[in-house]
Amino acid sequence: MTWVPIALLAVPLAGALILLGLRPPAGKATPEGVRTAEGEAAAMEGVRARFMARYGMAVSGLTLALALLLAATFDYGAAARPQFVIDVPWIPGLGLRFHLGIDGVSLPLVVLTALLTFLCFVYLAGHGTERPRELVFTLLVLTVGMIGTFLALDLLLFFLFFEIVLIPMYFVIAIWGGRARRAAAVKFILYTLLGSVVLLLGLLLIWAQTGTLDIPRLAAAHGAGMPRGVQILAFAAIGIGLAVKAPMWPLHTWLPDAHTEAPTVGSVLLAGVLLKMGTYGFARIAIPILPEGAAALAPWLGAFAVVGIVYGALACLAQRDLKRMIAYSSVGHMGFVLLGFATLTPVGVNAALFGNIAHGLITGLLFFLAGAVKDRYGTADMPALGGGMLARVPRLGSLLTFACVASLGLPGLAGFWGEMLALLGAFAPAPGLSRPLFLVFMAVGGVGTVLTAAYFLTMLSRVTHGRPHPLGQTPPTDTRHETPEPHAPGTPEPHAPGTAEPHARQAPEPHTREAAEDAHGHRAGAPQRTLALLPDVRGYELAAWVPLVGLILLFGLWPKALLLVTTPAVLALLGAP
Amino acid sequence: MIQTIDYAAIAPALILAVTAAAVLLLDAFLPAPTPGRETRLSGRTLLGLVTLAGVLAALAAVAAQALTGGVRRTFCVPPGLASGEPPCSYVVDSFALVLAGLVLAAAVVVVLLSMGELADGRIPAGEWYFLTLCTLVGAVALPAARDLVMLVVALELVSLPVFALTALKRYDGRSSEAAVKLFLVSVVSTAVMLFGVSLLYGLTGTVYLDRLAIPADAPPVATVGVVLVLAGFAFKVAAVPFHAWAGDVYQGAPIPVAALLSVISKAVGFAGLILLLALALSEQAHVWAPLVAAISALTMTAGNLLALRQRHAVRLLAWSSVAQSGYILAPLGVAAATGPAATGASVAYLVFYAAMNLGAFAVVMHVTRHPAPTALPAEPAGALAQDSRPSTQGPGALGQEPGVLAQASSAPGQARGPSQSGAEAGAQEPGDLDAYRGLARRNPAAALALAFCLICLAGLPPGLAGLFAKIVVFREIVDGGGVVLAIVMAVNTVIGLYYYVAWTARLFTPPAPAAIPTASTPAALRAQPVVPAAVPMSIAPVPSTGDAVQVPSTGDAGPTPGTGNAAQVRPGSGDAGPVSGTGNAGPVPGTRDIAPAPLATEAPPAPGAPEAAPVPAATGATTAAREWATPVGVAIVIAVGVAIAFSLAPQAVFDLLPPAFPG
Repeated sequence: MTWVPIALLAVPLAGALILLGLRPPAGKATPEGVRTAEGEAAAMEGVRARFMARYGMAVSGLTLALALLLAATFDYGAAARPQFVIDVPWIPGLGLRFHLGIDGVSLPLVVLTALLTFLCFVYLAGHGTERPRELVFTLLVLTVGMIGTFLALDLLLFFLFFEIVLIPMYFVIAIWGGRARRAAAVKFILYTLLGSVVLLLGLLLIWAQTGTLDIPRLAAAHGAGMPRGVQILAFAAIGIGLAVKAPMWPLHTWLPDAHTEAPTVGSVLLAGVLLKMGTYGFARIAIPILPEGAAALAPWLGAFAVVGIVYGALACLAQRDLKRMIAYSSVGHMGFVLLGFATLTPVGVNAALFGNIAHGLITGLLFFLAGAVKDRYGTADMPALGGGMLARVPRLGSLLTFACVASLGLPGLAGFWGEMLALLGAFAPAPGLSRPLFLVFMAVGGVGTVLTAAYFLTMLSRVTHGRPHPLGQTPPTDTRHETPEPHAPGTPEPHAPGTAEPHARQAPEPHTREAAEDAHGHRAGAPQRTLALLPDVRGYELAAWVPLVGLILLFGLWPKALLLVTTPAVLALLGAP
Repeated sequence: MIQTIDYAAIAPALILAVTAAAVLLLDAFLPAPTPGRETRLSGRTLLGLVTLAGVLAALAAVAAQALTGGVRRTFCVPPGLASGEPPCSYVVDSFALVLAGLVLAAAVVVVLLSMGELADGRIPAGEWYFLTLCTLVGAVALPAARDLVMLVVALELVSLPVFALTALKRYDGRSSEAAVKLFLVSVVSTAVMLFGVSLLYGLTGTVYLDRLAIPADAPPVATVGVVLVLAGFAFKVAAVPFHAWAGDVYQGAPIPVAALLSVISKAVGFAGLILLLALALSEQAHVWAPLVAAISALTMTAGNLLALRQRHAVRLLAWSSVAQSGYILAPLGVAAATGPAATGASVAYLVFYAAMNLGAFAVVMHVTRHPAPTALPAEPAGALAQDSRPSTQGPGALGQEPGVLAQASSAPGQARGPSQSGAEAGAQEPGDLDAYRGLARRNPAAALALAFCLICLAGLPPGLAGLFAKIVVFREIVDGGGVVLAIVMAVNTVIGLYYYVAWTARLFTPPAPAAIPTASTPAALRAQPVVPAAVPMSIAPVPSTGDAVQVPSTGDAGPTPGTGNAAQVRPGSGDAGPVSGTGNAGPVPGTRDIAPAPLATEAPPAPGAPEAAPVPAATGATTAAREWATPVGVAIVIAVGVAIAFSLAPQAVFDLLPPAFPG
């Protein structure tokens, strides 16, 4: 069965390579279908986009099947040790080995990655996109990097996969992103590369001290052979590198821009998987290999984590863009994950791993929904959305409500357990850590959960509830009516600015504007007509979202399903008996 | 008392020297090309092939030496005259073999690029190949040199022909300027180095590197000697503070010469540096290692910061290769702690760097010779669109000296129809980075190759070659405890990424986005009268824009007004060419003889047809196929192929490397 991890990498890679030579069925050879007549070209585009997305769906479906096969044949009795191990030398000159394996920590993340990628392609197949071949290619390469990161058991190999995602994600943001995409993409790649280089220095420091890159061996040694000072230095370097990716406050500033500007699938994968690569690094490398460094720096990690929780929540309260708010909510949620790691207890690390998965599912769903909202309304600006989504598009509104409630940590849904267990871990941190300090962290984190609930509920009250006026409380002589052209975002009017901007780039479906006209004409409120104009959840969207909803419910109601897998591995990683 | 010469040891250099002589003779006796009647195998093509054969034969000789193994010594002090084992001046060991192999492999690419460069017949081919081969003789001999005199002679043999090569583009003032600059810098550096060498000789009484051991308690003048020698080599590898020449020289020189400078000349400089520092002065590591570390940090920082500001492709590559010099130097900076192993990392980086940098230069050459089509495919008013782009071109053309105009109009190959020249004038100046917009759609293969090389240089997957190279260097630095150097290099890697990725992203963005509506109409209207001025634009390089950190160099390039950014389109920049040439950019004059097939056969579409595609879809594939059959295409395939091979199996490089130490 050792072929499965290789196949997990080889299938998307081969899929991407085949795509380079693949011709769409319509016989349209040149990439730019611009020379044909307009309508024909548009039709061609549609055909090609669907074909490409379906191809991507097939490849990632195969990947998902492999991941599920892995999960099915995984020996849950021995989740602590790596299984399906393949270990062959690749570059002896660098001591780099092609060393893959999977244990209780990585298995859920691999499955999550495969699932989210597949759902992204399902979404794309229904939704369509510009330049589909390039997008599918990029996403498949991205998949290789993401899955590889979770499979790698060699420090340099881990780093290699960690880096592979950078370029594809850069292009996903820079080509298919929103209006400020170029700047966001550059910020993303520079920030994360800076983190990666620091990470590399830390990894090389470990290598220079121990002479090996073998993660299981290093983890089993629990820092033996490395003096405390070196461990602290290495932990700081690796921690900073991973914290950029995670992201930890104050290294998070790339995240809101990147998440906001990325296309829907990019946001989903960024939030759902890429952030997890950072936190996974803590569980896989930083904490087990450098226990003394971890013990020394855990208070700092915890402090930054809780600051991130509160900061993320406060920042969310101040956002008016739906996607940006969800992006900032990630900062807060990742704060809980990092707080869990900082406790260095099995409970805390379990919480972190659980929080990882839960965040991947919930925030993935949230970004899907935000993308759907943006599609329909032409904007994700909350004041412009008005209210009454539950009345206009009831199913979409309900799903949004569900995802938000899950994200704020309602008991019974997946988001709850990660936060609760992290706070519980902070209540009784590992021996050697200052308990009063962590009690403070716990208290602050508790405040953070309240704030989290506050901003999500505020958002819901603004967007889903209320009367379904697409223009909200805006006066009838709003500038938006008079000038359908994009106008400067600096308009002092409290609710108007920037609302029409996305029209410029996205050229959204006409119904948005029609809806606006319509509401203008029937200001007394003609909900029947507006309802008819905004389509509710479509079939492909449902197909992409239902698995996430199901898993959120499953892990919320039966958290043991996940904890049973991770616990043995966590105990082994922490060196606990 | 007569030295015996091991001809097998010097075979590669000998082959190259003989080929050089043969090329010169052939050039004298070949019939001059009859104007207007180009045969398929013209004289310069023949010379190019002879040169290529010579380089390949030398490469084969190096390979044979490597396969037979062992260390070959020659030009030794006759036994009896020296105590102990007699010192030798010329030692072919694994270090020498690796570097000779690197140099010759790079030379294959450079010669192929030369065949493209010479194709327009304006540069004398015989002289060009002769000079190239002379440089290669020096480059192959230098890594094997084991005494100071041999080292200096070989280094000069590498440098001197390059001045002439740079200046061979006689019709271009910028080229002459570059040559003078290079000459002055190089001569000064040689003088400085010779002074250092003389001090070292005076101290030790020997010129043989392995006997040059300076005792630790040597007088301070030893330090002066070491520093002077170091300074001399710093010139050669364009390290700070002797880096300022790089931008102008690379840009002014013909692209193959720039590639030669950035790879072969640089490799040779590093070989000499390593030989001197690690072999001869290893005892003095505590003196030079911190110095090298500081130089390395400054070099990578200066190179990257300067590269950030460039808008010209070759200039950007020039500064980026300065930055890469910093990375190559870095392991030597911690050599005091790591010992001779540091040289291994430097050489490894050099090998990786050679492949990826040559690939980048080859694609740049290709793009320069096949410039962007003038019209936007999707733009109905294609003719107008083309006029909106010459934002950098405009000031450049205005700044051209009248002399350049005269030269251009008198240059051969200028007898072209008005539509063709118009099309060419409408094309963006090929060196500008904005000319690379949309390359992915025009020429996907070239775009992918360039993207791969750039990402390699940046050191990110999928450019694994660059990543592994950086890992090797980082590992050496971390191992040697150079924390500060490691952090500086880490930050520099990020800076470097910015401009590499910005360029890469340009390849995949649609051409000419925002400028279309701004100034098209007035520019188009004013275009007509200035067509002649626009013609030389495709030939003469544009003074670089936005290069504020320049050395006072653009003296003869004329005033460069309005070095603004590309988005700034001035209505007056109406030299953009007439409305006629919507179609293919038309062949550069040079593509005709060496590659009769590629683009020359493809007539530009009818003028004024607005919807004419740049390359008709049906013929696009065949054109692309033929495009790759040119020497430049082959060069790209070789360089990028090697870079890909290094990415997949970098172990090949590590296996090749000398065990630890030269000698």
